[in-house]
Amino acid sequence: MIVEAKSLRKRYKDVWALDGLDLSVQEGEIYGLLGPNGSGKTTTILILLGLTEPTEGTVRVCGYDPVREPLAVKRVVGYLSEKVGFYEELSARENLRLITRLNGIPEREAKRRIEEALEQVGLKEVAGRPVATFSHGMRQRLGIADVLVKNPKLAILDEPTSGIDPEGAVQILDLIKRLRDEAGMTVIISSHLLYQVQRICDRVGILHRGRMVLEGTVSELTGGGEGLLAVVEGATAALRARLEGEEWTRSVEDVGDGRLRVIFEERARADFLRIVAEEGAVIAELRPRTRSLEDIYLRYFQG
Amino acid sequence: MATIFWKELADHLGSRRFFILSLIILVVAGTSVYLGVRGFQENPENVGEYAYLRLLTTAQSGLPSFLSFLAFFGPLLAVLLGFDAVNSEFTRGTVSRILSQPIYRDSWINGKFLAGLTTMAIVVLSITLLIFGLGLFALGFPPTGEEFGRLVLFVVVAVIYLGFWLALGILYSVLFRQTASSALGAVATWLFFTLFLYMIAGVIADQLVPIRADSTAADLLRNQNVRDFVLRFSPVALFEEATLPILVPTYRGLSLLALLTRPDVPTSPLPIGQSLLVGWPQLVGLLALTAVCFAVAYLVFMRREIRTS
Repeated sequence: MIVEAKSLRKRYKDVWALDGLDLSVQEGEIYGLLGPNGSGKTTTILILLGLTEPTEGTVRVCGYDPVREPLAVKRVVGYLSEKVGFYEELSARENLRLITRLNGIPEREAKRRIEEALEQVGLKEVAGRPVATFSHGMRQRLGIADVLVKNPKLAILDEPTSGIDPEGAVQILDLIKRLRDEAGMTVIISSHLLYQVQRICDRVGILHRGRMVLEGTVSELTGGGEGLLAVVEGATAALRARLEGEEWTRSVEDVGDGRLRVIFEERARADFLRIVAEEGAVIAELRPRTRSLEDIYLRYFQG
Repeated sequence: MATIFWKELADHLGSRRFFILSLIILVVAGTSVYLGVRGFQENPENVGEYAYLRLLTTAQSGLPSFLSFLAFFGPLLAVLLGFDAVNSEFTRGTVSRILSQPIYRDSWINGKFLAGLTTMAIVVLSITLLIFGLGLFALGFPPTGEEFGRLVLFVVVAVIYLGFWLALGILYSVLFRQTASSALGAVATWLFFTLFLYMIAGVIADQLVPIRADSTAADLLRNQNVRDFVLRFSPVALFEEATLPILVPTYRGLSLLALLTRPDVPTSPLPIGQSLLVGWPQLVGLLALTAVCFAVAYLVFMRREIRTS
């Protein structure tokens, strides 16, 4: 376990930001910390880094206690904060140089790492420009370079894709995944954008009001075995009646323009196809029906 | 800490506000020296002893002396170097980025303070050396060893004094989240101590010991003492009282008025050590103020939650 937190509680004035959180992250995985705004994601991250102290509970990060040995933790953990800021008048390269100096990385090694990181995040051409001229997406990528130059065991990225256009977000997520695959880095990503996290995370934990309400792999959470979903075009009343008569049909819904949305059990796939063909209709869409993480999310947070 | 120190120092020295303020101080210093030297040239019999020190302390044709100018404007430079030291890092979002690196939190604020102090030491030292250089050029004879010693002492005291204002600026930058509020607070404090307290001190003194046409010399002296007492709450007055004996060797910590009532006090110059002793209490007061100001800023900063949202 690279991260192990037990019954963490954190109080800000009279609000419990965390209320008995348990968290464990294994080496080499990409862990998604999900939850709506104010559910305690950032607080958890700050505690892991030793930037703030838990009111109660214990934490171990890479074998160190962030409360007692914050420096040891900070040496092996890279952090990209939610609203990452740079020294605007310094160039991208100089900003990274500051980080390597603060980490006590020898100059030659630092130089190599900086160029490598800039290459990886695709900022090599603009590295000499002051950060003031950078777009939001470029800053975010520079933030990732910032983490990379430390060559950390664990990277904690707080909302790495927030405020970035979908294409840029996909690039960033792919970059993160590549880093894990190539460098074997463990990654914790916090986000409230589920569909993005869903793409790259091995495991996710969903936070709500300072507690972990659900944790597991994405496929565990979204769950298989939910049957098949089909959309049929050119459906007749007879087809509808026949489908509704079968015991393996769960629901039939008219979505207009002679289209039906049918949910049925997987074992009856052959029967379904036969009936549709006999009634002269066409299948426009057929896929396993899964709950998306979003469904789970909404179910938890609306009720 | 060295990394922080060098970065902050480079930031200060490269910043526009530092450039502008140093330029103002430099121009005024240059002008006062020029006028001083011209005064010497017009009345060569006035040159006498300690000509170099007099360059720093004499007011010329309406222009304040370099000493009072530094006492008045130096704080503005110091406060402007410090007022956004911490809160601007919060608003820029660089706090979490820097503090998630393996450095102690206090080395950050210490580095900032030391960098500011070094910046001001560079300014004061270079300007005073420049004045001496100009003096050498114009007067044609070198300063004595004692004058030079006194100059070095003066620079040290000035840096302590400016250190107080820097610490005050940093304190405000920790207390106030907005750079605008901390700038306003800092400038207001500066105005209070450099201008208003002088007025208030006069008012209080006149209330307690009214001066009338028939007031005795003892009354006048008491009035002055009350005024001085109130003024000593101001670091500006402390600085002036601490540096006067250093730059004016005949100064014994007594006002002109006191000298008039005590004709037995000699007016010969004091040796450098004795001069330092005259201003010693004020110097210690300044040091204490600086230390307290920085300590409060330090403590508040160490306890501050990093969370900004």
